[in-house]
Amino acid sequence: MSHDSHGHGGHGHGNPLADAMEHYSHLSFWRKYVFSTDHKVIGIQYAVTAMCFLLVGFGLMLLMRWQLAFPGEPLPVIGKLLGEALFPGGVMSPEMYNQLGAMHGTIMIFMGVVPLSVGGFGNYLLPIQVGAHDMAFPKLNMMSYWVYFCGGIVMMLSFLMPGGAAASGWTSYPPLSVIASNAQSWWLVGMVFLITSSLLGSVNTIVTAIQLRVKGLNFFRFPVLVWAQLITAFLLLLAFPPLEAAGVLQLMDRVAGTSFFLPSGLVVSGEQLHVSGGGNPLLWQHLFWFLAHPEVYVLILPAVGIVAEILCTNTRKPLYGYKTLVYSMIFLGFTSFIVWAHHMFMTGMGTTLSSFFQATTMIISIPSVIILTTFLLTLYGASIRYTVPMLFAVAFLPMFAIGGLTGLPLGLTASDIALHDTYYVIGHFHYVVAPGTLFALMAGVYHWYPKVTGRMFNQTLGKIHFWGSIIAINGIFMPMFFMGLAGVSRRLYDQTTYAHGKVAQPLNVVMSYAAWSLAIMQLPFLYNLIVSLWKGEKVAAENPWGGTTLEWATPTPPPHVNFPATPEVFREPYQYNSARQIMPQFSKEN
Amino acid sequence: MSGHSPEEIKKHVKTYIMVFGALIFLTIVTVGISYIHLPVEQAVLLALTVATIKASLVSLFFMHLSNEKKIIYGTLGLTGIFFVFLMSITLYL
Amino acid sequence: MSALIPYIDEPHPVTGVTNGKFGTWLFLASEVMLFGALFSTYIILRTGSTSWPHGYEVLNIPMGTVNTVILITSSVTMVLAWASLKMNQFGKFKLFLGTTILLSCVFLVIKYFEYAAKFQHEHYPWSSTYFAIYFTMTGLHGIHIIGGIVVNGYLWGPGSKMWKANPEQFAGRVECAGLYWHFVDLVWIFLFPVLYLL
Repeated sequence: MSHDSHGHGGHGHGNPLADAMEHYSHLSFWRKYVFSTDHKVIGIQYAVTAMCFLLVGFGLMLLMRWQLAFPGEPLPVIGKLLGEALFPGGVMSPEMYNQLGAMHGTIMIFMGVVPLSVGGFGNYLLPIQVGAHDMAFPKLNMMSYWVYFCGGIVMMLSFLMPGGAAASGWTSYPPLSVIASNAQSWWLVGMVFLITSSLLGSVNTIVTAIQLRVKGLNFFRFPVLVWAQLITAFLLLLAFPPLEAAGVLQLMDRVAGTSFFLPSGLVVSGEQLHVSGGGNPLLWQHLFWFLAHPEVYVLILPAVGIVAEILCTNTRKPLYGYKTLVYSMIFLGFTSFIVWAHHMFMTGMGTTLSSFFQATTMIISIPSVIILTTFLLTLYGASIRYTVPMLFAVAFLPMFAIGGLTGLPLGLTASDIALHDTYYVIGHFHYVVAPGTLFALMAGVYHWYPKVTGRMFNQTLGKIHFWGSIIAINGIFMPMFFMGLAGVSRRLYDQTTYAHGKVAQPLNVVMSYAAWSLAIMQLPFLYNLIVSLWKGEKVAAENPWGGTTLEWATPTPPPHVNFPATPEVFREPYQYNSARQIMPQFSKEN
Repeated sequence: MSGHSPEEIKKHVKTYIMVFGALIFLTIVTVGISYIHLPVEQAVLLALTVATIKASLVSLFFMHLSNEKKIIYGTLGLTGIFFVFLMSITLYL
Repeated sequence: MSALIPYIDEPHPVTGVTNGKFGTWLFLASEVMLFGALFSTYIILRTGSTSWPHGYEVLNIPMGTVNTVILITSSVTMVLAWASLKMNQFGKFKLFLGTTILLSCVFLVIKYFEYAAKFQHEHYPWSSTYFAIYFTMTGLHGIHIIGGIVVNGYLWGPGSKMWKANPEQFAGRVECAGLYWHFVDLVWIFLFPVLYLL
């Protein structure tokens, strides 16, 4: 931050915070709201952009669900609008289906969930929760957002390229991804942008949390959300570069004719491919999953942090097992680096290697159980206040449990033989990410909405949103386990070409109606978020929910410097006295 | 960063020059060994050992790791061990 | 300077480093993973291949050795540039940093000649996985050298104005640039034997 004072009426040089506020108030619209270095503005930019991409990713799936429920039927209205090339006679083509599938995964993970949980919540809350006035590197923070934005644009533009968007799954396995004549190269370039943005952001997060924490805030007084963001940042920092390297290698294969992933003697459409060969398709899988496994913990950890914050604010008792929870999260982060090949059990690895990864995968389920248990024990004996965020946070627990438990047969090599690449897998990971992480993120949006906007949202609309969503979302993903157990493979354009697929087909109709219902149930959420900005009850209180962490010590909404005076921390978070009154971290009195 | 008076820096400069000499010497050694055309396993082990020594010299002295607090080079040491473990796994893939 | 953001100039009492230095080390950790992935790729491709040339059969070892010496020398001049700042000798700083930049350019020039020779003999990235990984790894390393030239060039030129206004922060920036530069040297210390000598 600059220390110049261009004589705006000769302000007191004794108070740098007041100077900074004064300087900030004179910035132009562009510097304040578009190219801002204020972590709060950047956080909101990330959150809004990410939510738009979440809607896009959701939309792609809503289209796919028509084909899945009614294979070969023309898509009403939309089918004609999207052109004959991709929708001949209004019917979705298999190529279109594959594009939608690959981009749904890519957009949801890399442009939706992670930017919202890390870029949105992380950027906005982390500096405030450690008592800082901004991130350690504000300009780098701004750059991270715009690099993400550019990556998002590149991904979206890829739909308009000849051959359409990438269509080899979000996993982009070669040789298919290398020989595919579509905008797979755009996908690779887009990924490089998105990965770079994440790397820069994670450096900022780690330095801010460790270096800028205020007096009294030692590591075991960090709010759980801060621990979650810190561990997530390390995962992103160390796990993303191998994927970036792999992306460069695949780009070289596609554009420069190299054979990193193309084996010798590959025949495509009856013709021998004119490349040097000597490459290894499994090399891509190892490099990809080396990132993508830690990535799933990137998806869940900030959500766990958010749920912890909300549970503790609405239970009127302290968090059970803070240290256990923190150690579990650290162990989870570390172990996430040595389980990746459980995505590759069916690739012909030797039994020694498979056993190693099976063992580590079983071990990593332990910290997840411990985390859930500490949350459940926090609720036990609590005086629970069911605010809208609390509804989502409590629902997270059984949903995450289902997701986690269904992972076990996938982590055991013997049962994985039957379940690998079936709908069972899709059901498993969606339970964790959709009614898991996304519910936690929506809880977070509701929970911090009053602090960020200075307005309260409509409680009734929130409750309608919750109940509609929880019912619909289970309607989408629960049947998938049964479909998987029946043997139906994933990524099928029309499963009724198989006898076992025909038998399971009615489930698809249920799932599609559930999906479209889920879409309708998001309308009250969007309406609520937007209209409450004007119509919502004004919130002037600094601490409307009665939280104990530092974000509840700022004015509502927080000014540019967050805290008018640098705060100090006196105790652990989530503390209550015997009269069930909060003892905030930032107040000296008991 | 601890004690950086001009006199102390002068001592550091001496160290930098000596490390430079060591690095050049080790470069000559590693190139010389390569002319012997040892069997692959021995060649790899020897080359990586020399490279690791050179890398340690650069990190400890040029990058001032020896001056940093324990927590810094403790963390880096752990990372290094983890890194070696990951590299070794590739031999079994 | 800032109550707003502390530890820009002075080190944090617990970690012992400034924000910039800490951030630089974290960035370097991610770079280790980036080049590490490429080294793993090399191992996997080589151990899985039916035939793989020895480096000394295909590449120019004298040129590679010269480049190694050049890069090590540039590492020394880089740290001497920082030491000069600490001893308040701005003129020497400019001399040493300028030498670093010059040596980096020489490295790239030699690389250019190496690549040109390869292309003359019809050895391209698409010719074999050996050349694919050779060009990719040295190419990515070369891009990092260019990045270093840009950063060091900025600190030598327009950025050096900060020496007058805030010598502590400027020395810190030079130190961080040095860390990055030494890392680039480190990668080459492993790349050279792996690609050229084995």
